[in-house]
Amino acid sequence: MNRREERRYVAPTAFARWRRRLARTVPYLFLSLSCLPILSMYLWLFMSSLSSKVLFGFIPAEFTSRNWRFLWEPIQMGVTAHMSIWRATWNTLVFAFSVMLLVVLVATLAGFALARMQFKGRESIMRLIIVLHAFPGITLLIAIFYVLYFLTKATHIKFLDSLWGVALVKASLEIPWSAWIIKGFFDNIPWEVEWSAYIDGCNRFQAWYKVILPQLKPGIAAISIFSFLAGWGEFIYLYTFIFSEQNQTLSLLIKALIGEFRFTDYGLLAAVSLFYIFPVLVFFIFTQKGLMRVTVGGIKGGR
Amino acid sequence: MEPKRVWRRKRAIPFRIPPHVPFLLPFAFLVTLFFFIPVILNILLAFTDMDFAMRWNFVGLESYFRFFTDRIIPKVLLNTVIYVLATLAINVGFGLVLGILSTYYVPENVGLLFRAIWLLPRMTPPVVYALLWLWVLDPTEYGLLNMLIGQRVNWTMQHPLGVVILVNGMVGASFGMIIFSAAVKSIPRDYIMAAQVDGASNWGIVRRIIIPLLRWPLMFVTSWQTLSLLASYEYILLVTDGGPFYKSEVWSLYAYHTAFSHQLYGYGAAIAMILVVVAIIITLLMLKIFGFRRLMELVGG
Repeated sequence: MNRREERRYVAPTAFARWRRRLARTVPYLFLSLSCLPILSMYLWLFMSSLSSKVLFGFIPAEFTSRNWRFLWEPIQMGVTAHMSIWRATWNTLVFAFSVMLLVVLVATLAGFALARMQFKGRESIMRLIIVLHAFPGITLLIAIFYVLYFLTKATHIKFLDSLWGVALVKASLEIPWSAWIIKGFFDNIPWEVEWSAYIDGCNRFQAWYKVILPQLKPGIAAISIFSFLAGWGEFIYLYTFIFSEQNQTLSLLIKALIGEFRFTDYGLLAAVSLFYIFPVLVFFIFTQKGLMRVTVGGIKGGR
Repeated sequence: MEPKRVWRRKRAIPFRIPPHVPFLLPFAFLVTLFFFIPVILNILLAFTDMDFAMRWNFVGLESYFRFFTDRIIPKVLLNTVIYVLATLAINVGFGLVLGILSTYYVPENVGLLFRAIWLLPRMTPPVVYALLWLWVLDPTEYGLLNMLIGQRVNWTMQHPLGVVILVNGMVGASFGMIIFSAAVKSIPRDYIMAAQVDGASNWGIVRRIIIPLLRWPLMFVTSWQTLSLLASYEYILLVTDGGPFYKSEVWSLYAYHTAFSHQLYGYGAAIAMILVVVAIIITLLMLKIFGFRRLMELVGG
């Protein structure tokens, strides 16, 4: 086998050269082809949101702003009007920010204890964190429904059918992984920084809040972005635990719209979807490189 | 306050709350409320016939016996097996191909671009991703697939399980891709260079060096994806909703439908119970096989 290789190297025939060149392009060809369906889907989304007629799926024939009419008037279907997009956007923002704040607060507290303190059971808690992260929380949906129902009945505060209640659930699912990520960032802060805080008379909480958290900005930014996006894109928990229309988020609104406009108005659906995924795309473009590992680690359950 | 008191106080006061407790309290509270209590609740609920009235009425093992008379269960079980195995093959196999091709065969920048494109479906909110597929599979001539083949095929009606596998595979493959590409990049260059000097072909290097070194990531992706696929139904719910006539209904979605479409929380919990048990077993097995450190590295910290 070696001799054959050698001969080909010394005097490559035209055929061998051609073959080698082909072998070099095959990976590119394969990767490009595999990306084609994905790219065409997003291209369609963009094109059909702009035009009333799309030729061959991608070529916009008649430009129109009608698909974007939802920005200034409520979406009508017969006599029933859907909720205004701005109200849904506001709800989505409230939900995503609640998830984000809860995750950041709870994860930075727990991460600090795990990174900086020695206590019995520390290793077991870290073990627990990875078990919780791997465990698909979605299997517990029915039981969580009962928990929310019970809390609503016991406290007379709405946990079921309230954005805040669902945010609490969603945040709990995100917290184990975020706590782990932020613990890594705590580990990188030199001990001297913390000692200097104690020497200046801080207690543990003051040291955490005043001295260490400000040093932790990149870590906090990372878990904020990812918990925000997780909240922004959330569907199944909201779909199950939110009943009233006034609490609809964008994901629920789009689900309802798909049911009604699927065969009649793809343009509208595309425009609303594009409006909805805009922040995701922005984050995607700007954080793409760092995203790789983190996204995959941050995925819970079903993906 | 002088710093020494921080350490001395332990002797001065016989009992105090350990310093880590207040920091871990919110974490422990939420984890208890939404992981531990639900696990126990699910066990209890499975012994009741709770319905929309939300009453605790214990009926023993009746819900479990109901599996055997439920005519949909065999269908659902078969669907689940096909769905999990086929999607797993795509997720691991295609993920491996993408991971190796985008690192070993092409320059770093190009590979990064392709990987970024493959990550798009994963980043896209599920409803929008489902909408994209609904358009691709649209039964009229406006659907992408029908446009390509020039026929009108009602994909979601005629090939529901195939659709479900494809939809999940397209998101799932990127998980393997990321894990594998990171693993390939961490292989020392010397190994590959030494093989090249010895005259190994690219395919030989992939087969004899890269794939054997991906043993742990391969096992990890397989077990992780098995768990995800068993438990997840978000995309199925959005694209086919288990239909038509339960042809794409999988175990987890059946539990969901039983509980939230038919308001049979007790029976739904019993169906989900099997998933919870399997999930706990696989999770603990993963911890045991990979070990804590390696698992954390693989998950990506």
